[in-house]
Amino acid sequence: MPAALVNVPAKAKRGAVIEIKTLMSHVMEPGYRHTAAGEVVPRDIITSFTCRFNGAEIFRADLFPAIAANPFLSFFTTASESGRFEFEWIGDNGFVATASAAITVE
Amino acid sequence: MDSMFEPLHMSRRHLLQLAGTAAAASALPLITIRPTQATPAMLTSAIRNLVGEAKVQIGKVRLDIPPLVENGNTVPMTVSVDHPMTADNCVKSIHIFNEKNPQPNIANFHLTPSAGRAQVTTRIRLADTQKVVAIAKLSDGSFWSVSVDVIVTLAACTEELP
Repeated sequence: MPAALVNVPAKAKRGAVIEIKTLMSHVMEPGYRHTAAGEVVPRDIITSFTCRFNGAEIFRADLFPAIAANPFLSFFTTASESGRFEFEWIGDNGFVATASAAITVE
Repeated sequence: MDSMFEPLHMSRRHLLQLAGTAAAASALPLITIRPTQATPAMLTSAIRNLVGEAKVQIGKVRLDIPPLVENGNTVPMTVSVDHPMTADNCVKSIHIFNEKNPQPNIANFHLTPSAGRAQVTTRIRLADTQKVVAIAKLSDGSFWSVSVDVIVTLAACTEELP
């Protein structure tokens, strides 16, 4: 199981803009590096990250080999109601990882 | 291929190398030749693919990257757009490009009005001292951009594995 770290405030005031931070452990092999023998190391990256809140997409990122290993993403959202954030990372070689976090809005 | 018959002396690394050679040989007719570095022309065409014939204006976008980077393998980067995020007037997406990595794209971020603030932070790779460009697409169809020069002392992406 790949390790995901997600940081979402557990509580927020209604209407507040909150920051969401995510970190996924992944090599993000760019596909341009060579071994000592001169062979190209095949590409193995995360290509897509999606964040949904109560089922609706609120943020999506297309990632390229120029994203550093263990991709870190931080972005903002408005706390409108209590609910659950769902995070999904999709990558090469059938890589899929998910995480979720709940928030209470008062 | 004598070495294939000497399993006692074969390390995992050698085995992987052999497997890699076999795979490369079988895929040979499909190999396309790619340049090892994106050129400013590739940057221009990547931007053209995004904006089409629209005019890209300078401003609104802010790109925070350290101007001098020691290690190009992880460069912290924050992009933000000075624009409201309301249902009918918002930042649709932010696109990050570079000049000299093997590929001109770095990332595309798709935002929704509920974001509240058009700001994204991530960590990127830079293969050389070069220009990084951020372009924001607004809901009214206009494009705004900024470019930042970054000096990189240790390049990423194309080095040899240890």
